[in-house]
Amino acid sequence: MKVNLKGTLLAFFTLGTLLLSGCSELAVLDPKGPQAEVQANDTIMLITLMGGIVVTVLIILGVMLFKYRASKQSADYEPPHIHGHWLVEAICIGIPVLIVIFLSFRSIESNYLVESAPAAYADEESLVIYASSSNWKWHFSYPEQDIETVNYLFIPANRNIEFRLYSYGPITSFWVPQLGGQKYAMADMVTTLHLAADVEGEFWGRNANFSGAGTAENTFTVTSMSDEKFNEWVEEVHATADPLTEEKFEELLEPGHLGTSTYTGTHLEFSPAPEHSHGKTGPKVTGEQEQEDHSSH
Amino acid sequence: MAHVDHSKPLEYATEENDLKIFGFWVFLGAEIMLFGTLFASYFALVDRTGTGPTAAEIFEIGPVLAETFILLASSFTIGLAIHAMRLGSKKATLTFMGITLALGLAFLSVEMYEFVHYVHVGAGITVSAFTSILLTTLGTHGLHVTLGFFWGLSIMIQIAKRGFTPATANKTFIFSLYWHFLDVVWIFIFSFVYLKGMM
Amino acid sequence: MEFFERFMVPHPSFLIYMSMVLIALVSIALVAVVTYFKLWGYLWREWFTTVDHKKIGIMYLITALLMLFRGGVDAVMLRYQLSMPENAFLTAQHYNEVFTTHGVVMILFMAMPFITFFFNFLVPLQIGARDVAFPRLNLISFWLFFMGAMLFNLSFVIGGSPDAGWTSYFPLADNEFSTSVGTNYYMIAIQIAGIGTLITGINFITTIMKMRAPGMTLFKMPMFTWSALIANLIIVFAFPVLTVALAMGAMDRLFDTKFFAIGDGGMDMLWANLFWVWGHPEVYILILPAFGLFSEIIPTFARRNLYGYNAMVWSMILISVLSFTVWTHHFFTMGQGAMTNSIFSITTMLIAIPTGIKIFNWLFTLYKGKIVMTTPMLYSMHFIPLFTLGGVTGVMLAMSAADYQYHNTMFLVAHFHNVIIPGVVYAMLAGLTFYWPKMFGFMLNERIGKATVWVMSTGFVLAFIPMYITGLDGQARRMYTYSEATGFTTLNMVSFIGAAIMAVSFGMLVWNIWYSFKNSPRNIGSDPWNARGLEWATHTPIPSYNFAITPDVTNASSEAFWDMKKNGVEIFKGDIKKIHMPNYSGLPFVMGVFFFILGFAMIFSMWIVAIIGLIGVLGCMVYRTFEKDEGFYIPEEEVKATEKKYEEMYKKRGDK
Repeated sequence: MKVNLKGTLLAFFTLGTLLLSGCSELAVLDPKGPQAEVQANDTIMLITLMGGIVVTVLIILGVMLFKYRASKQSADYEPPHIHGHWLVEAICIGIPVLIVIFLSFRSIESNYLVESAPAAYADEESLVIYASSSNWKWHFSYPEQDIETVNYLFIPANRNIEFRLYSYGPITSFWVPQLGGQKYAMADMVTTLHLAADVEGEFWGRNANFSGAGTAENTFTVTSMSDEKFNEWVEEVHATADPLTEEKFEELLEPGHLGTSTYTGTHLEFSPAPEHSHGKTGPKVTGEQEQEDHSSH
Repeated sequence: MAHVDHSKPLEYATEENDLKIFGFWVFLGAEIMLFGTLFASYFALVDRTGTGPTAAEIFEIGPVLAETFILLASSFTIGLAIHAMRLGSKKATLTFMGITLALGLAFLSVEMYEFVHYVHVGAGITVSAFTSILLTTLGTHGLHVTLGFFWGLSIMIQIAKRGFTPATANKTFIFSLYWHFLDVVWIFIFSFVYLKGMM
Repeated sequence: MEFFERFMVPHPSFLIYMSMVLIALVSIALVAVVTYFKLWGYLWREWFTTVDHKKIGIMYLITALLMLFRGGVDAVMLRYQLSMPENAFLTAQHYNEVFTTHGVVMILFMAMPFITFFFNFLVPLQIGARDVAFPRLNLISFWLFFMGAMLFNLSFVIGGSPDAGWTSYFPLADNEFSTSVGTNYYMIAIQIAGIGTLITGINFITTIMKMRAPGMTLFKMPMFTWSALIANLIIVFAFPVLTVALAMGAMDRLFDTKFFAIGDGGMDMLWANLFWVWGHPEVYILILPAFGLFSEIIPTFARRNLYGYNAMVWSMILISVLSFTVWTHHFFTMGQGAMTNSIFSITTMLIAIPTGIKIFNWLFTLYKGKIVMTTPMLYSMHFIPLFTLGGVTGVMLAMSAADYQYHNTMFLVAHFHNVIIPGVVYAMLAGLTFYWPKMFGFMLNERIGKATVWVMSTGFVLAFIPMYITGLDGQARRMYTYSEATGFTTLNMVSFIGAAIMAVSFGMLVWNIWYSFKNSPRNIGSDPWNARGLEWATHTPIPSYNFAITPDVTNASSEAFWDMKKNGVEIFKGDIKKIHMPNYSGLPFVMGVFFFILGFAMIFSMWIVAIIGLIGVLGCMVYRTFEKDEGFYIPEEEVKATEKKYEEMYKKRGDK
């Protein structure tokens, strides 16, 4: 038993070390934005604390198995009947309670941080982007810039982006691991996600929620750039891209995969997001030309 | 024959009877969860009427009040039936059970009328999430009453043929619990579906 | 759609055709063997119609092991598909079907019957009862569960498997996005099995509350019985929610109602809420009996009483209450805001406290013990650290802000397998090994058994630890492929190797059963482990009436058999008397068949057949209510003769 036990312990420590040493390269632990950083810090803190608990349990288990195994005791040893001691039980309850209290405060704090616009960029107004999914694509509408892109995002770095998420079909989940995330996009309501990039660069994003046969390839890229470059891009799009017509948008909604594309104008004008509708209306689904009542807007 | 303890009421007189009554109470616990889930879903969906009518537009007080009084009365008569059974009067028990079941049938008839009315005014089950949950909640209760009707009928036949034995007394008593329970559910439907919807 | 088109598998592939042929061949072979050896009569008289809780238990066990095989094959296929980037072994559609059925089969048709097997086999023995409160209803439970399981598996060959995930979120699961009948199978097969489970819940609550041996107060119940009581209470309160959700889902698909539809007021979030209001307590329905089994096994082989009996009971009660208050943590990312997320984050973390208490109590049960490392004990000792790892990663997931990064990733997949496999599966296998001699009269081989545990744990660590890492690196769950550029390749290959090793360990388990059946000695008496609970105080094989004399544990503790052996407490007082027993019945089977017909017809919208099935079900109920069934008595002389036969058998074989 002794050898086996040591082997197990060794395996766990090796794995633990591997896990921690590999951390810096893992997407979630390599944040490029304030929200992802909150989440990465929480994760590192949790791995350390939880690792400590696992090691404690392993040590107690190891000691017990080593000290009280039958082969170490005389044949006529009769284990006593033990009912428990108030102090031991108080410790067993007390320590977990303290850990949970600590984590509860931390959890509340982090929740409010990731749910609000990052304080670092509070001086500038958030850029609003509507991100809607359809089987199996992402449509990004920039109402201020009057631009719509498919399957790629250009964003200014060092500015908060307020994503408004909804779906033309199954529930999807908008996720950019290095910037933070994720949040569901649904057909009957709009959810909000605040993200920002601290640096310029390209990050990958995807729909993380299973939404049918094409989910695996339901990905997009996010490129963050300086304000000037972003404005240049906006101007370029207005100069070169085709306008997004209702027919074109219906075509884009057809199930399947598409590459990237860019349009002037947004679909919000003829197919608005399901904001404040309390589910009375849903966004139009491919092929359906229902007469819907948008009077609640 | 299992051991019969004559110091207890007949429906509790054997160990098996005691188990059955206890088990039925647990079953009613599950039923509370079932209707509780339906009510919770109803509250979630009540305003989600889509292009269909709202609660206030389709509810009619007349049939609802009729249903309520009929069901309350039947709850009273099934209580009388159990009282008669305790006194050992087979004829009175059968009479009160018969009245109970007749009231149940009357309730179902009014409910049928109500459903036809809903479909007629464009509130069929496929119209909106609201009509789906409304008719499902009412329908689940109605289905319980329907099952109860046939169950009660079969118990009446057994009492008529076999008289009061620990088995028939036990069934009658459990049936009365079930019937009272359906009445309680109806009170909730009346208050939180109809009254709230009509306000 | 043409009428017959619905019955075809919508996306056939070579693999599916091959499996169809295999399934057909195995079924024909089974029928042929049973017919050849003229076993139909025996099966019908002794098994299909039995109301004996021990035999019903064994039928649950056989179904669970079969389903474990099916779900296990699914698992290996999934891991093989992901072992290499851009693997073409499975198509996206086929992969989706495989992970959906893997989830449903493992949770509902493997783990559930496995724990129900333990409820059935152990609870009456542990409380000193002759049978459960409603033996006939118990058989109905089994047949409903079995027919539901078979109906679900039929989807593989007729009409196509469900493909919307085991959570079957709407609107993905609605007709528009799931066009085959697969999801109808999900809605209706689980419904039928679920009704069976609900009846089991009612049955066992009544059994435990009303049929305990004289002197057995609630706080003198064996720990497994406690866990069974609490799990069954959760069943009674959680399963009706699933019943309603599945009924709504089925109506949306079959009758075009609008509960979860897009537009017309439909609310997809309602499904997610209802599913998890059932789904989270469901996890505790599985894990609490597992805790109960470990609490029976660890004291036995530490040769000491369980540390902190009261703390163990109260922690289970607390867990069961909390289990209904945490469902939102399955979708922190649905946009309910910081406030709601904080509340559910805290309630979720609170569960760690009673669970932690249990871990420490098991550890302190070893204190000053005399530990014998048998196979069941080895499972338990592997359970403690591995389950702790799964538990603490659960606390990580409970931190809602950080969960935004773990949700829908392999990290989550690693977490729940890390609690369910070392928690539930290890407990089931430990319990199976522990109670095997009580069921079948011989021990499983210890050498092969211990090797199995080590191989299984090695496979487990290799299969699931890498998922924590790829999850944090951004590998989302339920994706049938990934590109090489993601860098997930190596760890996914390791994971596949781990899964393959686990498959080997299950092969070893089967080999062990065969090997021990051939080679193990039969003269092991009725207490081969030197155990402590009342269930060991009867003969092996257990007579149909369990105990010749109803035990009286007034002077004993929760470990009545130990008190009898070591402290000379008398628990069998008085004389042998005639014993009242329930009659066997074929009605539950017939009713199950009608439920099967009803379910199958509904799945394919064949309403006339469905009505016939429904009339059959109702007909069975009417028949039952008019039936006079008062059971029968085993006469005093017969009980005495049976008891004498055991004495002679022990003497002849030279049992200890």
